[in-house]
Amino acid sequence: MKILVCISKTPDTTAKIAFTDNNTKFDNNGVQWIINPYDEWYALVRAIELKEKDPSVVLHLITVGGADAEPIIRKALALGGDEAIRVNADSHDSFYIASQIAAVAKDGAYDLIFTGKETIDYNGSSIGGMVAELLDLPFVSLAAKLDLAGTTATLTREIEGGEEINEVNLPLVVSAQKGMAEQRIPNMRGIMAARTKPLKVVEPAAADNLTAVTGFGLPPAKAGVKLVPADNVEELVRLLHEEAKVF
Amino acid sequence: MSVLIFADIAEGQVKKSSLEALSYGSKVAAQLGTTAEAVVLGDNAGDLASLGKYGVKKVHHVSSSTLDNFDAQVYTKVIAEVALSAGADVIVLSNNLNGKAIAPRLSARLKAGLVSGAVALPDTASGFVVRKNVFSGKAYANISVSTPVKIISLNSNAYPVTEGEGTAEVVPANVTVDAPKVKVTGSTKASGEVSLTEAEIVVSAGRGLKGPENWGMVEDLAHVLHAATACSRPVADADWRPHHEHVGQTGFAIAPNLYVAIGISGAIQHLAGVNRSKVIVVINKDPEAPFFKAADYGIVGDAFEIVPKMTEAIKKIKG
Repeated sequence: MKILVCISKTPDTTAKIAFTDNNTKFDNNGVQWIINPYDEWYALVRAIELKEKDPSVVLHLITVGGADAEPIIRKALALGGDEAIRVNADSHDSFYIASQIAAVAKDGAYDLIFTGKETIDYNGSSIGGMVAELLDLPFVSLAAKLDLAGTTATLTREIEGGEEINEVNLPLVVSAQKGMAEQRIPNMRGIMAARTKPLKVVEPAAADNLTAVTGFGLPPAKAGVKLVPADNVEELVRLLHEEAKVF
Repeated sequence: MSVLIFADIAEGQVKKSSLEALSYGSKVAAQLGTTAEAVVLGDNAGDLASLGKYGVKKVHHVSSSTLDNFDAQVYTKVIAEVALSAGADVIVLSNNLNGKAIAPRLSARLKAGLVSGAVALPDTASGFVVRKNVFSGKAYANISVSTPVKIISLNSNAYPVTEGEGTAEVVPANVTVDAPKVKVTGSTKASGEVSLTEAEIVVSAGRGLKGPENWGMVEDLAHVLHAATACSRPVADADWRPHHEHVGQTGFAIAPNLYVAIGISGAIQHLAGVNRSKVIVVINKDPEAPFFKAADYGIVGDAFEIVPKMTEAIKKIKG
C-alpha cells in the first residue's frame, strides 16, 4: 500500500494579510509560515494512523514550491512519513499545481492520495478533484472519516444537513476535513528523524496555468458596531427587523 | 455559445445554492449577450420547466437512476458532454458540497480555467475577470481566466435568487452514464434542523455559555428565527456541541444574512469562518471582545439575561 499526502505551505492563521506591488502580490513581510492546517491535522495525521496500523504502508509527502517550502515539508516529516518530494515550481494556479502532483503520483502508483479540503490562503478546494481527474481516479471530497479494509475504503462525506457513507475500491483521491483525525504535536524523536529522511527535489513537468491573479484587495472596513444597552434588547430586535431587515 | 449552469438537486428539488447559481448564470449570459441553459442530473428532478423563472431558456435533463448515487467522476463526464454539445463557453456551478467535488474535475477535464468560490459577476470589459474571496475571507482576489471555456463556482449567499417569468424548454440529453466507482451505501440527515451551510440565519455560541447544559436558550432563539445553530472551536473540542456545528477557519465557513454570536470573543480564526455574513450581532459581557470590531450590532451584557429576552421580543414581532 502506497499513500501520498499533498502538503501546502500557508501563512499562519493569525498572519496579517497585506499586499505589495500595487496590490498584485501577497506581502510576505513578517509572515510566519505553517503547514496548511487541513493538510496537516486531517490528511497527514490520518495517513500516519493508517501506517501505524499497517507498518507495510509506504507514506510519501509532496509539495509544489520553491526551496522556501522545505522547512514546512521537514516539519510534516517530523510528524510522520517515509520521504518527501518537492516539485521545484512556484505557481498559484490550481491546475498547474495539480498537474505537477498528478505527474509524480502517476509514476509512484499510489493507492491513496490525500489532500486537505482547501488551503487557507487561496481557498480553492480544487487540487484533489483536479488530481483525480488527471489520473482518472474516483474522488471523495470533504471526507470526515476514512477506514480501509483490504483495498476497499469506507468514507463519510458531508452532504447538506447530514452525512453520506461512501464505499470505493482503491486507488482513490480524498480531500480531508475536520473529523478525519486529531492534530498532533511533533515530538523530539520525530524532529530528529525528519532531518535524515529523504527529500527529493524534482523539476516540474510541462503544464499550463489556466488562471492568473490580476489583483488583491481587502474588504471594506465595517462602519462600526452599533451598541444597544443591555436593558433594551427590544431595541436590538427592532433594529434587526426594521433597519437590517434580516428577519 | 451559451452559459451552462449545473443545477444540483436533492429530494426532487433544486437546492437553494443552485437557484443562486441559475440566477447568477442567467445574468452572466445577459452580460455576454448569449443564452443561459441548465443541466440537471438524476431521475427525481421535479418540475424542470419552471427553472425558466430563474432565466434559463433550456434545461438539459439527464435522466438515469444511476445518477441518484453521487459520484463526482460520473457527474463530471456527463456535465462535460452536455457542455460540449451545448457549445457552452461558461459553466457555472454552486460552490456547494457537490460543486466542490465536480468543479475542479470539470476544470481539469476541459482544460477550462476555474474560479472557485466567486463572489461577484465577471468583469468582461477586457478579458474575463472574476472576484473571489481568499485568505479565508480576509481579502479578495481578482482572477483572470484566459482559456476558451471558463468555469465559475459561486459561493453560497453571494448572489441573490432572482425570480421572474418564464418557462424553460426541457430536453432529454442523450449521454452515456458510466457505472459509479463510488457507491453510496447510506446517509444520515439531521432531521428538522436547518442545514448550517445553507442557513440564512445562524445562531452561534461559545465558551461564554459555560457548559453544554446552557444551550437550550440558544436553540430557542434559533428556533424562533428558523436558524441553524453553530459554535466556536473550543466548544466543539470540549464536546459540548457536535463537530459539525463548528464554524471558523478550520470548521465550516458560512455566509448567512444574519450571524448572532453569543459569548464568543471573536478570535481571528473564528472570524475567518463568519466574516462573509451580511449582518453580525455580538452579545458578550466583555466590552473589549475583539468580535465587537467586526460586528454591526452589539450588546455588552450577560447572555443568560439577553438571549431569552431576544427570543421573546422576536416572538412578539413574528406574532
